[in-house]
Amino acid sequence: MILDGKCPTGPIEKTWDKHRFDMKLVNPANKRKYKILVVGTGLAGASAAATLGELGYNVETFCYQDSPRRAHSIAAQGGINAAKNYPNDGDSIFRLFYDTIKGGDFRAREADVWRLAQVSNNIIDQCVAQGVPFARDYAGYLDTRSFGGAQVSRTFYARGQTGQQLLLGAYSALSRQIKAGTVTLFPRTEMLDLVVVDGEAKGITVRDLVTGKVRCHTGDAVLLCTGGYVNVFYLSTNAMGCSVTAIWKAHKKGAYFANPCYTQIHPTCIPQAGEYQSKLTLMSESLRNDGRCWVPRKKGEKRPANEIPEEDRDYYLERKYPSFGNLAPRDIASRAAKEQCDDDRGVGPGGRGVYLDFRDSIKRLGEDTIRERYGNLFEMYERITDENGYKVPMRIYPAPHYVMGGLWVDYNLMSNIPGLFVLGEANFSVHGANRLGASALMQGLADGYFIIPYTVSHYLAQSKPGKVQEDHPECRKSIGEVEGSTKRLLSINGKRTVTDLMRELGTLMWENVGMTRSKESLKEAIEKIPAIREEFWKNVKVSGNGADFNQQLENAGRTADFIEFAELLARDALHRNESCGGHFRVEYQYEDGEARRDDANYCYSAAWEFKGVGKEPELHKEPLKFENVHLAVRSYK
Amino acid sequence: MSAQTAEHGTMTLKLIVWRQAGPGKQGRFETYTAKNITPHHSFLEMLDVVNEELILEGKEPIAFDHDCREGICGMCSQVVNGVPHGGQERTTVCQLHMRKFKDGDTIYIEPWRARAFPILKDLVVDRGALDKLIQEGGYISARTGGVPDANATPISKADADYSMDAAECIGCGACVAACPNGAAMLFTGAKVAQLASLPQGQVEAPVRVADMIQAMQECGFGNCSNHYECQAACPKGIDVKFIARLNREFLKALFKSKAGSHVFAGE
Repeated sequence: MILDGKCPTGPIEKTWDKHRFDMKLVNPANKRKYKILVVGTGLAGASAAATLGELGYNVETFCYQDSPRRAHSIAAQGGINAAKNYPNDGDSIFRLFYDTIKGGDFRAREADVWRLAQVSNNIIDQCVAQGVPFARDYAGYLDTRSFGGAQVSRTFYARGQTGQQLLLGAYSALSRQIKAGTVTLFPRTEMLDLVVVDGEAKGITVRDLVTGKVRCHTGDAVLLCTGGYVNVFYLSTNAMGCSVTAIWKAHKKGAYFANPCYTQIHPTCIPQAGEYQSKLTLMSESLRNDGRCWVPRKKGEKRPANEIPEEDRDYYLERKYPSFGNLAPRDIASRAAKEQCDDDRGVGPGGRGVYLDFRDSIKRLGEDTIRERYGNLFEMYERITDENGYKVPMRIYPAPHYVMGGLWVDYNLMSNIPGLFVLGEANFSVHGANRLGASALMQGLADGYFIIPYTVSHYLAQSKPGKVQEDHPECRKSIGEVEGSTKRLLSINGKRTVTDLMRELGTLMWENVGMTRSKESLKEAIEKIPAIREEFWKNVKVSGNGADFNQQLENAGRTADFIEFAELLARDALHRNESCGGHFRVEYQYEDGEARRDDANYCYSAAWEFKGVGKEPELHKEPLKFENVHLAVRSYK
Repeated sequence: MSAQTAEHGTMTLKLIVWRQAGPGKQGRFETYTAKNITPHHSFLEMLDVVNEELILEGKEPIAFDHDCREGICGMCSQVVNGVPHGGQERTTVCQLHMRKFKDGDTIYIEPWRARAFPILKDLVVDRGALDKLIQEGGYISARTGGVPDANATPISKADADYSMDAAECIGCGACVAACPNGAAMLFTGAKVAQLASLPQGQVEAPVRVADMIQAMQECGFGNCSNHYECQAACPKGIDVKFIARLNREFLKALFKSKAGSHVFAGE
């Protein structure tokens, strides 16, 4: 089937304004009759729930954490992009649009990206009004910095805690609506199923993580704002609780999953120290503004970093990409680091690391300036590695960080299931095959504050409120299924822990479906994943019982979903016979090692339809048209 | 806690951990052994090792809150050897590393203990009271849309930095757990100060501080008696000067309007 994104037509700069006018509205007095379920309280979820509450809708919001403020958006360090052009350095909405399309390696819809660039400016205004303490210059105006994949300075930031400050802004707006009674909050509550009635999303089945009780919430629309699935690699920079579960359950109920193979490996993370490790820690990309990446020229160099003279250092990013240098986009910087390490020039334990050196910046600007810009990151680095980044170069290595893939949505952020909307990282919409730094925060808030309030109203205006109640047979069926699956997990009583099995899956995925992929490695993964799935359902050990606070049970459910999903990810990567953005197939590269896209055959988004566990999914395509940005080989040289 | 670093080899540690089956149930200390721990393990990774063994032995693992494991989400919450987050300066327990301990150490691990934070299970507590404080006034009422350009009002760098210093709070509740009175005045003070120091936060400042202080009392938090344990325990190093600011803002509110009168009158 050929999918239609339902993008408005006409001159791109008018598309969103025209579409806003064309959409239907809900009368203010009728809004409270509609109930909207918002799952997840990160930037997308919190901003959506708050804004819909302000408009007068009856909103219920859910998060698995103990408080909405803990969603993983909080961990974003570097900043948020906007086309404000405050520095007068040549930025514009068109340039942000252009950079995002190109950065995404021409695998995103033009109209969606245009809209994102257009509303980016409203986001900064909104956040400042909420009291987000962005960095300012001595005249009192907002400060900006540069990020990967851009030659202008358009990234607004709040020290190294921009995500935290933006999330706390959205959380405060959400809290205000909770107080006002328009939003009801359900913390420590995990969505475990989507309820679809007559083809429309009408509810969710959740488990109360404190009491273990499974219940159904019905509504007139469901918004999934549940983040990404990069924990499928086991070790990643995501929080421990981040999972594919919510969107996977929706996928199993019919929602198409688009471009799952577009995963982002972040170039600047602290290298893994040992087997026991539970997560990887990101060091903000903003560090590459002042840090220089290098490895020794000599293979197997044994000298400590500071004793290696200038002529024996290879500043490989500056060498390979002179115009972008250390600010090359993430996918390119990550692969370049791996290339150096594969060439036996990596540093640190196991040779899986490259240096990120601040020596020259400290000499130029002084240690105080560097401390002011990145102090908390240097502190974090020292706590984890016991090394002082001001004195010796940091060691970094790429790590799974973000996903561009997600549930397929149309221009209105609605999936192919009417009434099911998907926001933020959970959808596939704007980043194409690679996301630029500081664009995730922008997307989350654009979706939640400025897009969904219009598009969800448009949908609701065409449907009657309160069609389905909690006693509907579909709700009872869904509760039964969730309870059944819980019982099954608890009854296996095998010999392997959930973590053990997740680590096995993650290792396979990282080695075979990670930073570089080949036909062979992908085929091997597709063969081995079903065996892990069987092993899981035969031999997992989950202690305790379901009617209780049981973290093992939570993890077991998430792991079971990751195992099913991993197969889809590998299949998508195998089907895409090209390299683009975060998807790098060794068979498809230019002689200099750059990614070789195949626009003749793969200029489309791949949306997969679920056909049963272990069964081959069905591929639907949404062709991509480029009318405003010329399809070209992406070059940062 | 010993600051000595175990440079070589692995450590064996004795853990004495608070176990409690559920809210209102009788809790007790249980003793466990953590084996094969390296200096590079984080404190929570050390607990992961213990839990994996417990699961394989068919025993119930120790429940503890955690999520980002990089010190920013504020979910982790353990009192280690009597100190919330374990006593390393400006460090959450998820970022505490085992190089701060030595082979053979005995470590006591307990949940946050405060009247406003009921225990849910083992080391997990309910911190909904902190959300309640924010809901009662920890915001600037700026509806989405219809706000001025972000650069319309210059804010001095000093004010912006001061506001950011306060805004760094991660809402973990260590300040409450460390306070002999179970007070949330550092948490509340940080939010009040962050917003009161910005021009856009002025309009609601008197009502905000009054409402948040009233909510503090209703939620069962105590009052500050200047022990400064909160600042010492705070993983973000939030300064007690924000408590002084909270008190100042409250006094100002009393003079400025009647906003604070209901609290002042003890209603």
